[in-house]
Amino acid sequence: MPDSLKAMAAIRINGKERTVIADDDIPLLWVLRDELHLTGTKYGCGVAQCGACTVHIDGRAARSCVTPAAALPGRDVVTIEGVSGAVARAVQDAWRALDVAQCGYCQSGQIMSAIALLSEIRRPSDADIDAAMSGNVCRCATYVRIRAAIHEAAKTLGP
Amino acid sequence: MVTRRSFLQTTALLSGALVVGFRLDGRPAAAAEALAPNAFIRIAPDNTVTIISKHTELGQGSYTGLATILAEEMDADWAQIRVEPAPADATRYGNRLAGGVQMTGGSTSMAEAWDEMRRAGATARALLVEAAAREWSVPASEITVDGGVVSHSGSGRRATFGELASKATGLTPPAQVTLKDPKDFKLVGKRVPRVDNKPKTDGSAQFTADFTAPGLLTALIARPPRFGATVKSVDATAARRVKGVISVVQVPTGIAVVATGFWAARKGREALRVTWDESRAERRGTEELYAAYRLLAARPGKPAKRVGDTAGALRGASKIIEAVYEFPYLAHAPMEPLDAVVRIGSGGAELWAGSQAPTIDQQVVAHVAGVAPDKVRIHTLLAGGSFGRRATPDGDIASEAAAVAKAIGDGNPVKVMWTREDDIRGGKYRPLYVHRLRAGLDANGTIVAWEHRIVGQSILGGTPFEAAMVKDGIDPTSVEGAANLPYDLPNLTVELHTTKVGVPVLWWRSVGSTHTAYSTETFIDELAQASGRDPLELRRALLAKHPRHLTVLNLAAEKASWNQALPAGRARGIAVHESFNSVVAQAVEVSRRPDGLPSVERVVCAVDCGTAINPDVVRAQMEGGIGFGLAAALWSEVTLVQGRVQQRNFNDYRPLRIVDMPAVEVHIVQSGEGPTGVGEPGVPPIAPAVANAFFHLSGQRVRRLPFARLSPAGTRTI
Repeated sequence: MPDSLKAMAAIRINGKERTVIADDDIPLLWVLRDELHLTGTKYGCGVAQCGACTVHIDGRAARSCVTPAAALPGRDVVTIEGVSGAVARAVQDAWRALDVAQCGYCQSGQIMSAIALLSEIRRPSDADIDAAMSGNVCRCATYVRIRAAIHEAAKTLGP
Repeated sequence: MVTRRSFLQTTALLSGALVVGFRLDGRPAAAAEALAPNAFIRIAPDNTVTIISKHTELGQGSYTGLATILAEEMDADWAQIRVEPAPADATRYGNRLAGGVQMTGGSTSMAEAWDEMRRAGATARALLVEAAAREWSVPASEITVDGGVVSHSGSGRRATFGELASKATGLTPPAQVTLKDPKDFKLVGKRVPRVDNKPKTDGSAQFTADFTAPGLLTALIARPPRFGATVKSVDATAARRVKGVISVVQVPTGIAVVATGFWAARKGREALRVTWDESRAERRGTEELYAAYRLLAARPGKPAKRVGDTAGALRGASKIIEAVYEFPYLAHAPMEPLDAVVRIGSGGAELWAGSQAPTIDQQVVAHVAGVAPDKVRIHTLLAGGSFGRRATPDGDIASEAAAVAKAIGDGNPVKVMWTREDDIRGGKYRPLYVHRLRAGLDANGTIVAWEHRIVGQSILGGTPFEAAMVKDGIDPTSVEGAANLPYDLPNLTVELHTTKVGVPVLWWRSVGSTHTAYSTETFIDELAQASGRDPLELRRALLAKHPRHLTVLNLAAEKASWNQALPAGRARGIAVHESFNSVVAQAVEVSRRPDGLPSVERVVCAVDCGTAINPDVVRAQMEGGIGFGLAAALWSEVTLVQGRVQQRNFNDYRPLRIVDMPAVEVHIVQSGEGPTGVGEPGVPPIAPAVANAFFHLSGQRVRRLPFARLSPAGTRTI
């Protein structure tokens, strides 16, 4: 296969097949941001320490800053711009009702992690929240409200 | 309320450029025209009210706060409010509490803008009322406004702001307006949702990092390994061969790799071979600095405060208590690392940035681009956190982006991005400090003398603020919180040694109080213990002349059930501190983690910030301030070995995570005074309150921060 074709990858992003340039080990984060202009997914550390770049890959939370785009053909990627469904709505509504965001830069990642958590565990305990959310750093320290918003979203979703 | 007569009798000067609807020819304004009664408000025919915010939104809620004040005095409907950032123009948007510079900082936004925004809102309301009075031929005094609707009950007429906007454009704003009686407030002091909470939860909020434009290039800069080093030579052959790299240019701060995107720029930067000239670089490390500072702390410094005869009282004391404290360099580490976009075209330049000081950045970009400041257009975007880092007296990131744009010289916009590693290793830290405190107790255990020495770099030294603010060699930001110790003591001395170190420093959320609150509020607990008194009772006894301190202290203690016993393995601590004209007390409950470090279970926070414009934003800032202060108390430090920063990223510059966050409850003192600071004052009390609780649990006095130093692996992420 010629190099120019090797560089291309077909990835399903927010429900659409996208053909992207995926060479030089480029992480998914920079394909999303610089190539597709899906800028809701943020850069915060580049080494999977802060969670600002969290997306869903096949429904699970993943750090796009350390996920090579070339590894993703055939996988289903969802970003903050593409989330939908009852869980996503409940999480975003709770985030707004409680005014969780301060600077807001990390909140896409927080919300993506929270949606993944609630998709798996409908009534998370505080320990479940700690486990699922400790990879997402917020320097504004909105953690009190993140915790409260997850419980609130769980309540509106019901059993 | 304003009458028709007052309109006829008075005239006011309009700030010309924004008064879109003003007509000189006397013809009625066109229906599509917006009403811009002053520099802060634009009312459109579609019934939206756009607030032009003079203060940058960094997360602290300034957009929401300013909008609340204006909407209140206008009697607008909250749903019709929009906010946009002001352009750079110090004459209209200067901060009177920051020397007239257009600047967001020092927790001044609400205090500074309260009166101005109230008047601006009331003026807009008066114009709309006057327009309705003329339209309906009824007296203005019979017109009411509520929820963005102007009504006259006698005639049954009503109109929206949007409908009246074009009719009010030709009217002259009244010179004097009557402001609302606070008892009539409908928005101020109530729960009002943030104006930015939707875009910040669906990915659409635009930060500088997200900005794009045709031809946009991305640049990363290779920076020296030690502060003060410069480029000696560079081999960019391999970097230029990286796919996507457009050019490699030298700028004052290092070597910039300019590429089509971040990843190519990063690959290009990794491929650079730079030789640095380190002959003038700072080579000292943290331990050498602490040692040198401890020696200085043993000697008298420059006086910052003198009451009575401290030396004499210490000589006569029956007991001397002494403690030495050490505080590390701290990085701000906002979630959005520094970034700025600059385009230099023919005859002018543009900057896009989450700038806290648009007029400083305008000057800086103009200087680099070689154009007049009025040829530099500033676009202020949302900032992904700051904590002081985006308010630099030298406009560092704007200057750097301008230097790259100028060096590439092709007229394309260029986005300079800092990686997290650049941010942690890039300087402009909260300075490293050593404090030495000594107190004398008499035979009854009464404190008769308090001597406080502070050693550290000046934040204001070498900046344009130095001349106005540094007096007699005392940088007020080095001693604030110590020189104004609230405790009523007969003999008090505060002294300062200002050091010169080649590590760049900057204000960091709550500035001097980041360290003075810790040393003073833990030392007072030590004195309470030494004199056999309850720490809360001792504070109360010494704060009789400080009613605001007493009120928040008592409120926090009461809500924390200070006198009730705790289960085994838990202890309480308390601290109170004034900063940015607000007073905050925090009472904490602490347990111990398996590694021996404190786990903060609960924080009860009481705050007197004058009028709480948005109580929920105040609560959010207290919660966030507590978390930010706790991160520094427990985990974070920047250390140097032979001048090299040892940390790189969040794995070793450890932030607070959700698992570390205590439950927080916030109590706001009801106040009829004007608003005071909110963004910073939540930070200072948490670290000493935790330290005081931790002592009761462990018997250990922690005098070197962070606490993680008590545990071998503590500063690294788990």
